Amino acid sequence: MAEVVLAVERLSRNFGGLAAVSGVSLECRMGEVHAVIGPNGAGKSTLINMLSGDLPPTSGTVRLRGRDVTGLTADRISRLGVGRSYQKTNVFLPFTVFENARIAAQSRLASSLRFFRPATALRAVNEAAERAIAAAGLEGREGATVASLSHGEQRQVEIAMTLATDPTLLLLDEPLAGMGAEESARIVALLQRLAADHAMLLVEHDMDAVFALADTLTVMVNGVVLESGTPERIRSSQAVQDAYLGGDEAHD
Amino acid sequence: MRSDRAATVLLIVVLLALVALPAVAGKYYVQLATKILIMAVFAMSLDLLVGYAGLVSLGHAAFFGFGAYLVALAAPQYQAANFWTSLPLAVGGAALLAAAIGFFAVRTQGVYFIMVTLAFAQMVYYVFHDTKIAGGSDGIFIDVRPDTALFGWTPFDLANFVHLYFVVLAVFVAAYLVLRVVLASPFGRVVQGIRVNEHRMKSLGFPTFRYKLVAFTIAGAVAGLAGYFGAVQYGAVNPEMLGWHLSGSVLMMVILGGMGTLAGAVIGAAAFLLLELVFQGLSEHWQLLMGTTIVLVALFLPNGIAGLAWPLQRGRSG
Amino acid sequence: MDLGSFLVQLLNAVQYGLLLFLIASGLTLVFGIMGVINLAHGSFYMIGAYLAWSLAGKIGSFWFALPVGVLLTVALGMLIEWLLIARLYARDHLYQVLLTYGLILAFEELRGMIWGNDVHGIPVPAPFTGSIPLTETLAYPVYRLWISAVVLALAVAMYLLIQRTRLGMMIRAGASNREMVQSLGINIRMLYRFVFAFGVALAAFAGMISAPVSSVFPGMGGQVLIVSFVVVVIGGIGSVKGALVAAILIGLVDTFGKVTTLELGGLRVLPDLAGMAMYLLMAGVLLWRPEGIFGKRL
Repeated sequence: MAEVVLAVERLSRNFGGLAAVSGVSLECRMGEVHAVIGPNGAGKSTLINMLSGDLPPTSGTVRLRGRDVTGLTADRISRLGVGRSYQKTNVFLPFTVFENARIAAQSRLASSLRFFRPATALRAVNEAAERAIAAAGLEGREGATVASLSHGEQRQVEIAMTLATDPTLLLLDEPLAGMGAEESARIVALLQRLAADHAMLLVEHDMDAVFALADTLTVMVNGVVLESGTPERIRSSQAVQDAYLGGDEAHD
Repeated sequence: MRSDRAATVLLIVVLLALVALPAVAGKYYVQLATKILIMAVFAMSLDLLVGYAGLVSLGHAAFFGFGAYLVALAAPQYQAANFWTSLPLAVGGAALLAAAIGFFAVRTQGVYFIMVTLAFAQMVYYVFHDTKIAGGSDGIFIDVRPDTALFGWTPFDLANFVHLYFVVLAVFVAAYLVLRVVLASPFGRVVQGIRVNEHRMKSLGFPTFRYKLVAFTIAGAVAGLAGYFGAVQYGAVNPEMLGWHLSGSVLMMVILGGMGTLAGAVIGAAAFLLLELVFQGLSEHWQLLMGTTIVLVALFLPNGIAGLAWPLQRGRSG
Repeated sequence: MDLGSFLVQLLNAVQYGLLLFLIASGLTLVFGIMGVINLAHGSFYMIGAYLAWSLAGKIGSFWFALPVGVLLTVALGMLIEWLLIARLYARDHLYQVLLTYGLILAFEELRGMIWGNDVHGIPVPAPFTGSIPLTETLAYPVYRLWISAVVLALAVAMYLLIQRTRLGMMIRAGASNREMVQSLGINIRMLYRFVFAFGVALAAFAGMISAPVSSVFPGMGGQVLIVSFVVVVIGGIGSVKGALVAAILIGLVDTFGKVTTLELGGLRVLPDLAGMAMYLLMAGVLLWRPEGIFGKRL
């Protein structure tokens, strides 16, 4: 079997007395798409925030390729090969599309404490930025200021930035939110291509996309794992039907 | 980009005029221009923080004043310091002080950063004001300007106001060019990314604390450079050169000119000093006029004079 | 140091700390509730002191000067909020810094034009002119005790106001959720105007009651402003409780730093560098908790 890239054990996070996530365990292997689904407020965003280092866990461990990274800061986790996209577009609005991808790619330099050469003369960085822009379907838009783009295009910039950091593990928080049908189809196709040589943890509400992409699903409700397994198993699970898929939120 | 080119053309024209100035203007105007150029270097150093890195420092005079004090402390009174050793001493000393203060201040954000930089700068002020290290509240006279002799050859004389003017002009041009290069470098891009969205810079893998600290240190070093020549021109140092009124004034220069453009900082320094002169000529209560002007600029001219010429290019929002 | 002089210094430290709290609480409330940083806060302290001096001289009684001065400064605060501060809520803190810095220059010059540039003293008002003997040689001025008592009473009143009243509920809601306040039909503009004026009045009142023990002099606001900043940074922005703890801490550190002699390696560290102590305290807190002792973690 392929290498385990991400291993999460009994991960919990409390806010005050409230447990947003409690005792979540899951795994994600190289070449695998692991989708986390569940109703709003299930703790999916809190989980992904703990995996990316945006939020320290209250207890539990996170391992990347066997290395304990629990509680490391976001910048260190990113440098260990984790690329994250945000549900709420989190980009550099005044910069151009190219500069957004370029600065993301620049983060892979050993150090950016270089003072006397133009940033735009770093050829490897420029090429990585161009590849990421092409993969996200933004060719021809390089010179546009991100603030002037449509919402869907800004979502594509979000993905281009994540790809430009050349990650091994992708943490994608609702990558399709706010995209039109055509853009969505393009991104699903992109993610299918990327799946071969990445490990991917996907939080998404679009069930068609989830079942098209995922090899494994984890269903969360109220901060705990309700069920985990293959798409067939999740589809046929009565508990999941009752709590989520058959419920009101299934088609939102 | 167009505005950058326009600014470059404008700056070259201004530069030619500045080179010709001592040939056509009297001592008073040459000395005024010297002072403006020194303050322009100081304002550019703060613009690196406020306009590019998004770090609003209200204690920047500490580094200007520390650089100035090091001129006086580099040699016993009535003796000349060596220019070639005292200048790196002043710049390096200001950089070290900035690194030490930045180590604490850069951990904080927003309004905390404003208060912490002001407080630490005031601590430096009291060290010089309350102890006998350097003349206490009276400061020290620099009776003899630093000696520029190099292996028996004296390239220029800092006591000569025309010589000093050209040296300061050269320092100004060098500081401007170096800052432009640094801003376009990988480091410069990281700093500007931090201003726009520090959270995303972190999640992209940039340890932002380190970059902010380096930016703070560079800005402190350049402010120390300005302070060195400020002391040489003034012929004395006193605690007010470290004080928060100067920190407030230089912040006003940066915003008045238009922050986020180096040319704006230069325009702001010139405009501020000229306004000060005009107000002093108008009334003995010129501080009231200056205070009112600052209030009006904050209310109605958020993008400064440069913002009037090329509306909202890199001005901050929100 | 014997017990008697220790007690005197302790009382001095607490009294200084409480006065600092009074000034800093206005600053921290205005920031916590309105998100406004006010550099001119020290100027209002200075204006309070000069008002006390000139009103007491004109009216002839310090006790009449106090309420008149408070009313005048509340009006001044409302005017400034309406005319200037209200235009900056949506803007970066940078512009609030700049505008209030301009106000400092303007107030300093106006103070010179109205009241001149001399240093003044105010006699300690009756009936608090006496001293309480502590030992055979040491006594403690009653007026200083009165200051401490008044500030403590104000602190309790503020606590009750914020925790127990409808106005306090509005203030607490305004600090955390502006939309909610507006949806409750509360006029947030008036709330902000009141809070700002209250902050101004707190600073001015501190200036008035401290005038008889310190003196009234130009530039007295600057020093106070910076110490208040240190208090707010240590205590945590927006936290009145933090301001109280930090102010007392600084009162203790500063007062005892000045009366202690300490030599390190032949260099006299204290009392020469006593002024540094509170900044070192701030540096330590920044390393430990950059958001302040009672600040909200970001």
